[in-house]
Amino acid sequence: MSLQKKYRKVLLLGSGALKIGEAGEFDYSGAQALKALREEGVESILLNPNIATVQTSEGMADRIYFLPVTPDFVERVIERERPDGILLAFGGQTALNCGVELYRSGVLERYGVDVLGTPVQAIMDTEDRELFVEKLNQIDVRTISSEAVENVDAALEVANRLGYPVIVRAAYALGGLGSGFCDNDSQLRELVEKALSFSPQVLVEKSLRGWKEVEYEVVRDRYDNCITVCNMENFDPLGIHTGESIVVAPSQTLSNDDYHFLRSLAIKIIRHIGIVGECNVQYAYDPESMDYRVIEVNARLSRSSALASKATGYPLAFVAAKLALGFGLFELTNSVTQCTSAFFEPALDYVVVKIPRWDLGKFHGVDRHIGSSMKSVGEVMAIGRTFEEALQKGLRMIGQGMHGFTGNRPSVVDDIEGALKSPTDRRVFVIADAMEHGMTVDRIHELTKIDRWFLYKLRNIVDTTSELRGFNNLEAVPENLIRKAKEQGFSDFQIARAILKSEMGCAESAVLSVRNLRKTMGIVPVVKQIDTLAAEYPAATNYLYLTYNGYQNDVEYTGDHRSVVVLGSGAYRIGSSVEFDWCSVNALLTARKAGWRSVMINYNPETVSTDYDMCDRLYFDELTFERVMDILELENPHGIILSVGGQIPNNLATRLDSQGVNILGTSASCIDRAEDRHKFSAMLDSLGIDQPRWRELTSFDDIDDFVAEVGFPVLVRPSYVLSGAAMNVCSNPDELRRFLQLAADVSKQHPVVVTEFVQYAKEIEMDAVAENGQIKAYAISEHVEFAGVHSGDATIQFPPQKLYVETMRRIKKISAKIASALQISGPFNIQFLAKNNDIKVIECNLRASRSFPFVSKILKINFIDLATRVMLGMPVERPAKSAFDLDYVGVKASQFSFSRLGGADPVLGVDMASTGEVACIGDDTNEAILKSLLAVGLRVPKKAVLLSTGTPKQKADMLEAAHMLHRAGLTIYATGGTCQFLHENGIPAIKVYWPSTPDSKPQALDLLHNREVDLVVNMPRNFTGTELSNGRQIRRAAIDLNIPLLTNSRLASAFIRAFTTIPVDKLEIKSWQEY
Amino acid sequence: MVAAGIGLWLAATNPSSFQKTDEFMQATKSAVLILSDGTRFPGRSFGFEGSTSGEVVFNTAMTGYPESLTDPSYEGQILVTTFPQLGNYGVPPQDGASGLSRYLEGSRIHCRAIVAQDYAFHHSHWLASEPLDQWLRNERVPGLFGVDTRALAKHLRHHGSMLGKIIVEGCGEPELYDPNAHNLIAATSCDQAVVFGTDGSTQPLGNPEELAPDADGRKTVVLVDCGIKHNIIRCLLRRGVRVVRVPWDYDFNRIPKDGLFISNGPGNPEFATATIDHLRTAFKDGKPICGICMGNQLMAKAAGAATYKLKYGHRSHNQPVRMLGTERCFITSQNHGFAVDNETLPADWEPLFVNMNDGTNEGIRHRTLPYFSAQFHPEASSGPRDTEFIFDDFVKML
Repeated sequence: MSLQKKYRKVLLLGSGALKIGEAGEFDYSGAQALKALREEGVESILLNPNIATVQTSEGMADRIYFLPVTPDFVERVIERERPDGILLAFGGQTALNCGVELYRSGVLERYGVDVLGTPVQAIMDTEDRELFVEKLNQIDVRTISSEAVENVDAALEVANRLGYPVIVRAAYALGGLGSGFCDNDSQLRELVEKALSFSPQVLVEKSLRGWKEVEYEVVRDRYDNCITVCNMENFDPLGIHTGESIVVAPSQTLSNDDYHFLRSLAIKIIRHIGIVGECNVQYAYDPESMDYRVIEVNARLSRSSALASKATGYPLAFVAAKLALGFGLFELTNSVTQCTSAFFEPALDYVVVKIPRWDLGKFHGVDRHIGSSMKSVGEVMAIGRTFEEALQKGLRMIGQGMHGFTGNRPSVVDDIEGALKSPTDRRVFVIADAMEHGMTVDRIHELTKIDRWFLYKLRNIVDTTSELRGFNNLEAVPENLIRKAKEQGFSDFQIARAILKSEMGCAESAVLSVRNLRKTMGIVPVVKQIDTLAAEYPAATNYLYLTYNGYQNDVEYTGDHRSVVVLGSGAYRIGSSVEFDWCSVNALLTARKAGWRSVMINYNPETVSTDYDMCDRLYFDELTFERVMDILELENPHGIILSVGGQIPNNLATRLDSQGVNILGTSASCIDRAEDRHKFSAMLDSLGIDQPRWRELTSFDDIDDFVAEVGFPVLVRPSYVLSGAAMNVCSNPDELRRFLQLAADVSKQHPVVVTEFVQYAKEIEMDAVAENGQIKAYAISEHVEFAGVHSGDATIQFPPQKLYVETMRRIKKISAKIASALQISGPFNIQFLAKNNDIKVIECNLRASRSFPFVSKILKINFIDLATRVMLGMPVERPAKSAFDLDYVGVKASQFSFSRLGGADPVLGVDMASTGEVACIGDDTNEAILKSLLAVGLRVPKKAVLLSTGTPKQKADMLEAAHMLHRAGLTIYATGGTCQFLHENGIPAIKVYWPSTPDSKPQALDLLHNREVDLVVNMPRNFTGTELSNGRQIRRAAIDLNIPLLTNSRLASAFIRAFTTIPVDKLEIKSWQEY
Repeated sequence: MVAAGIGLWLAATNPSSFQKTDEFMQATKSAVLILSDGTRFPGRSFGFEGSTSGEVVFNTAMTGYPESLTDPSYEGQILVTTFPQLGNYGVPPQDGASGLSRYLEGSRIHCRAIVAQDYAFHHSHWLASEPLDQWLRNERVPGLFGVDTRALAKHLRHHGSMLGKIIVEGCGEPELYDPNAHNLIAATSCDQAVVFGTDGSTQPLGNPEELAPDADGRKTVVLVDCGIKHNIIRCLLRRGVRVVRVPWDYDFNRIPKDGLFISNGPGNPEFATATIDHLRTAFKDGKPICGICMGNQLMAKAAGAATYKLKYGHRSHNQPVRMLGTERCFITSQNHGFAVDNETLPADWEPLFVNMNDGTNEGIRHRTLPYFSAQFHPEASSGPRDTEFIFDDFVKML
């Protein structure tokens, strides 16, 4: 090897909390980079506050700092660690922006830190639109003619010159933040103002809506050798952000000339820019000629590169890290074949389809249209040997109750043509509806601009569905039709529903009938390898998928019962994210260490668990009952672990058990006793454990009677929701009526669960591992907010700092009783309410919870390792250490992505809204809370704070914090009641007016627009969202103008106390290992 | 839930146009590929409904079926595409001046058949003039889909390329045909020496000794057609040289020229003794000589080296080669079943490129004279275009 310089110690910047536009893919990239550093014997320092990630686990980096990825913190870590190199390309836009700032301010030079890989100048050339266009003009490469402006008037002038429609983008923004299409002056004005709040520069460009969007992942080494690892084509045309598009790899509708024309261009571009490592080039491509525009170049690992890695088996991030250290591509080996060079381009013999997962239903008032700004929270990747097969798999994988392209509940779209023209998150199903109604491919193409090739393939599925519908009983269906359906990716359920229709009866038994029928016909899937070379060279790869398009397995199964199958978490979504990837990976590692063949099933391309070197066999496939059974029948495992991947695997317990599958750990019947509300409640009653009163009710009268008994507020959970939130807190009869009537149906078929809502109660979490009903290890943590904020949104501290010893003791006792009653073996989590010393159980999950990585890493006891050992029947010692021994505290804070969800009211409630989390460690709560809130993007105010503190109780709660703000010399602005309350308590405040009285000055909104305040504390009066308009406008403006916002009095008080107690520059910089 | 607006296009739709499986099964006949070792790969027929036979080879390229089908190097072969979707973008127009195709690599389909996992009965591309299915029918070339082409490729990788036949239901069973027993170069080369104009038009060469210098001052390159891909001609013409195309056994030494170019071609180089003999003479001349693929093998043989048959050949768009003695590496397009044995190169020749996967020869050069060649395809088409500089290097030498 001929390194230009041998690096001793390298700092890697992570991407922080998962957020829309920046998610798990950077855990994967960072983890690969750390592996590469380790392999070369380079000492690695990781800065990333995302405690739930795999990269921040023991053994990944030599030292880990759970600190905000901001220039000041990074500088202090550099000062302390003195690395000689820094990697900026593995932590998304967050790391890249932070790195560019450190370079510009001279910090990197001052400390002699080299930027490894792509030089900073090249990064700036790709990030700054004007530089970028100029750079590509030098080599006659076409870009979208766009002009950078710095104010609204200039934007209007440009737009009118170019002609509408135009697209507006914020420079230096991730995932298309603040960008969108405008058809007229008023839309433009609105969007530009918003974009300018995120970025000093806004770009206005001519829209090419309807062109194809094609991407190439390109790698270059310092010897100027280049490869394109993968190209990808968007199913959705230009105009829909890549993160919002269905993406297909490799491209399907490009001819050889198209493919290689764009490929050559991509190489020409990255040579000219001077990338060293990996980057992607995005094109707009005319569907009627070979005209093109370069949309952008990302000089870093990206969501697309993670997808390309999984789609091809080429470890892009690992290779990019090696190239950054100075290697040439020819010096590296293809890690899949182990015998060929890493200088090659993968040949795929399958089709990959990526589909985004949205959770827009969780937000009040959000605009469901998809466009040039990203709103999806996760994605899935499906592999098949026809497009139809891959797409139908993928549509099931997104996990929103869909069975494929067809066979779903009829959609409720009134205007199909309109919905095709202005797409929402449900667009693909609208296409299915349109086809079922007989709309032609040409017409759908006209409305959607989706290439006809894709539409014809979709029509094949619709045609097969209608053929199946021509039969009424399974026995009558010809074998070749069932085979064709399976080759097109139909599930047994889809086939059952098409044939049996409303006569289906019990879905589970109908599905089993189809399964048995096709098995007798010999229609079973085969297992194929992903080997990067389309079988040209033998590969010892363990990266697998299943398909019906083939007649031969690539794997020889010996039936040795040495496999332990771990079910992963599926698509990231609100409520299930990278934490379950950490749990899955740790279960795999423990099983492998214990001598089992570790087998993973998962389909999320943003994860480390789907990295084929994390396990002995990776099935990149569905987590449906059907597919899991297909795999288990081939694998013949010792057993299966379904308690580390969140709710999706957990939900399969009963059905797998009924097929005789050996479920490791807690039995399926006990899982069912915890999951079934009635059984669990009865069990608590029999154990004498208190719980909030609840009732499952089927009529409005019954609901009224029950509410009369428990009193308002109540928590209401309908079983069938037409639209909007799945549950809500109602404080009075009006709200209750409105919610039930607008949102849901109440009937015998669709009962409503109404629960007493305990106010001002503490919420406490118990995370634990038990063996045969005996607790082996536990961690009790405490929410900062009172109950009513979803545990996934709450700020949590561990060990608890403000709990009575008596409360802790009671919680331990109750947990022990439950563990014993359910004979728990493995991980579990119980949530409690505590008021005074009254303890009520609100939920119990016999699986790992979201907080497992957090408590494991703070306590430095790996709960998943313990749980897995229990499940494998290995001896487990009770750890000697307990939370009482810790002389530090960890605070986990939530990351919200409201800025991307236009229109959504950024309030917290009983339904989870956060997209990610961080956790930081401090010597006390103040320190930990300040670090972690800074890590999720809050900033300490320097000038003024706007307070609207809601109810009298909340106002009183905030009083001490208001004093602290005043003492800290900050100006306080307050709305009517709050201002009066502050004056009465001797705190000076300037009164401002709500938007509902627009003639009174000063206006609260003006303060925000003029950036006169740098923190907004705005409490909604109640949880119903009725008190919307005033508060909501303020909250939304804060989000849109990127001004820190807090909406909970307990959290706001904690933050204010923290920053008025410790200055940010006095926060201690200590690695995890030093605590 | 039936929406406003549906009426408009309901009328335009004919539900009976839905193709039913039974009709579909009737419309496409069942067919099977039987390898010479007896292994059967069943599927369904598309394109021309007829049985055929040839050498079964696989290509892992993800694009470029129109180019591959017309590539004369596939003469006598049954092409298996490992990329599972075939026919997506139809077939481009088969036009061009005087037999120089605009979009294709030859004037007809040279493959004996094509085999894929799935065939797209509906294509979509602005340039397409017809579906692949129709083109195959026109050219009487059978297609086979529904085949586990990954299993087939693995079989060929393991056991080596072998002969096979495709039997379409009701179309009879042919004898096994072994293309390697025939002089495929002669079968695919042109009949007549021609001179190309700048626009791709041709006129007969006439008396070779009397070829006058080009009126526009262009250099003259004699291009020996061993079964040439048209993009080699296009690549040379684009670089402003006058191309004189001659048949494989033509005595090109009689033509006054500035340089010599030996094309690609199908099959075993052993058959091209005439070309090899003429090359030996040309080596005494000192004028620039460049060869591609078959050209590489013929130059090696003329220099005195040996060639051998590879187990299953290189057919893909992703073959990595390294220029020896440098850190320059290239992704190349390849399609060959024979290779030059480096060990047998005489002292005044040396390997120029090496395959980074299996270490086989990818090109040679003379140590002192301007003779060099590449085993891969710098003209690409189909495949990556990263090595087109070879044409530049050659033209610079003239």
